[in-house]
Amino acid sequence: MPAVLFYILSLVMLAAALLVVLQTHPVYSVVFAIISFVSLAGLFLILGAEFIAAAQIIVYTGAIMVLFLFVIMLLNLRREDIEERGVSLMKTAGSIGALVLLGLLGGVLAGKISLGPQGPFSQEVIRQAGNTQAVGRALFTDFLFPFEATSVLIFVALVGVVILAKKKL
Amino acid sequence: MSVLWWLVTLLKVGVIFGAVLGIVAYMTLAERKVSGRIQLRFGPNRVGPFGLLQPLADGLKLMFKEDVIPDHVDKVIYVLAPAISTIAAFASYAVIPIGPPTDFFGLLPEPVPLQIADVNIGILYIFALSSMGVYGIVLAGWSSNNKYSLLGGLRSAAQMISYELSLGMSIVGVLMMSHSLSLTRVVEDQSNLWYVFLQPLGFVIFLIAAFAETNRLPFDLPEAEPELVAGYHTEYSSMKFSLFFMSEYAAMFTISAMAVTLYFGGWQGLPGLGSLGIPPVLWFVGKVVFFLFFFLWVRWTLPRFRYDQLMNLGWKVFLPLSLLNILLTGLGLVLLE
Repeated sequence: MPAVLFYILSLVMLAAALLVVLQTHPVYSVVFAIISFVSLAGLFLILGAEFIAAAQIIVYTGAIMVLFLFVIMLLNLRREDIEERGVSLMKTAGSIGALVLLGLLGGVLAGKISLGPQGPFSQEVIRQAGNTQAVGRALFTDFLFPFEATSVLIFVALVGVVILAKKKL
Repeated sequence: MSVLWWLVTLLKVGVIFGAVLGIVAYMTLAERKVSGRIQLRFGPNRVGPFGLLQPLADGLKLMFKEDVIPDHVDKVIYVLAPAISTIAAFASYAVIPIGPPTDFFGLLPEPVPLQIADVNIGILYIFALSSMGVYGIVLAGWSSNNKYSLLGGLRSAAQMISYELSLGMSIVGVLMMSHSLSLTRVVEDQSNLWYVFLQPLGFVIFLIAAFAETNRLPFDLPEAEPELVAGYHTEYSSMKFSLFFMSEYAAMFTISAMAVTLYFGGWQGLPGLGSLGIPPVLWFVGKVVFFLFFFLWVRWTLPRFRYDQLMNLGWKVFLPLSLLNILLTGLGLVLLE
């Protein structure tokens, strides 16, 4: 059962991810990105990581993609606008992305990149402690500094946006 | 997972889905009846005794209406949007417990929980689905290719994101006290004392944010008639329109059930007095009905807010207050332990 689900979800996720790039219309790209994120959440569920799955949906589909959609709708982006403006930039960015992806894929295929050492959190451990509790404990003990540093980073970005948007308060 | 398990689960899904549909149908009648009484009218009373068959007549009428898909819309997304809204609104009900585990008077070999799925991230599941529900409205607004719809969709996106934050933060207090994200555990923890007495500030924030989250008056700006015609569903007709309508009422039902589960002890009886011989399911239904009535009562009592007032309230009042609530709860928990 989980194996079948894994293949279905991965297929949907990859197809949707591909369609995000292939769509010329920004709103359709957003819709496919949402489908891709939801499938990813499904994959997390199969792994027994309910908290990560829920966070994936709440944060990515619930907040980030809504903001994407919001901006696209607000600017009322159409196909033509994009083709006029940023093609060369998009192509450059796309090429760099493709090169990185090919490098990674080559690395995996050549056996240079392999799985890291197994951490203490196997599926059994997580099932016993509860996924939410396990994530919380790891975040607030072992990874406290990166966690807090990320929050400071986000805060700085927030302040930056306020200053950019409202020059005089 | 035996055959019996599948049978019981399918039965639960069927019964709860049917019950939610029935409640949604009768909420439309209740809305018109309550509004009638508040405005010193009778409300619908012609179809059946006391107008009780009115929802049936309305449903039939909506089904037989011509389903117009305007030429200028984006067809795929236009059709998809009401479906997203409805699925998100109805599916969130799966994790709310309506009663303690029961074996149905000895019919079943072992007690089954009276909820479709006891997920241990129940609350996050509901939030995930409600955040998906925003897309129904936003995409409907965009795909209609109509400026009023678009503005309605934009407003709703901004409103729901802003208030989802306060809503989520306000219940963190409850989660901190129950040490669990599972709604079953939250209900069991309230056998002696409802959380509303321990979390009054959190509850008030939750309740007000709930009105904004379900797009109900006084916060129904996405469909403010004087400014936006009918808002995001201006271009929708027939069953597609009624799907939006149904999902609004279903969302109201879910949020009422959540308020009862998180703050009013779910299916538990009165604190200190116990269930008084009334079955737990009836306690649950009774409390939910009270909250549904509260929603209607508020709608016909308060005028609509202005959009900037709504945003200021959300970000500058409710968000800081809900953070304060978390701080106070944490302090209380540390001092008591």
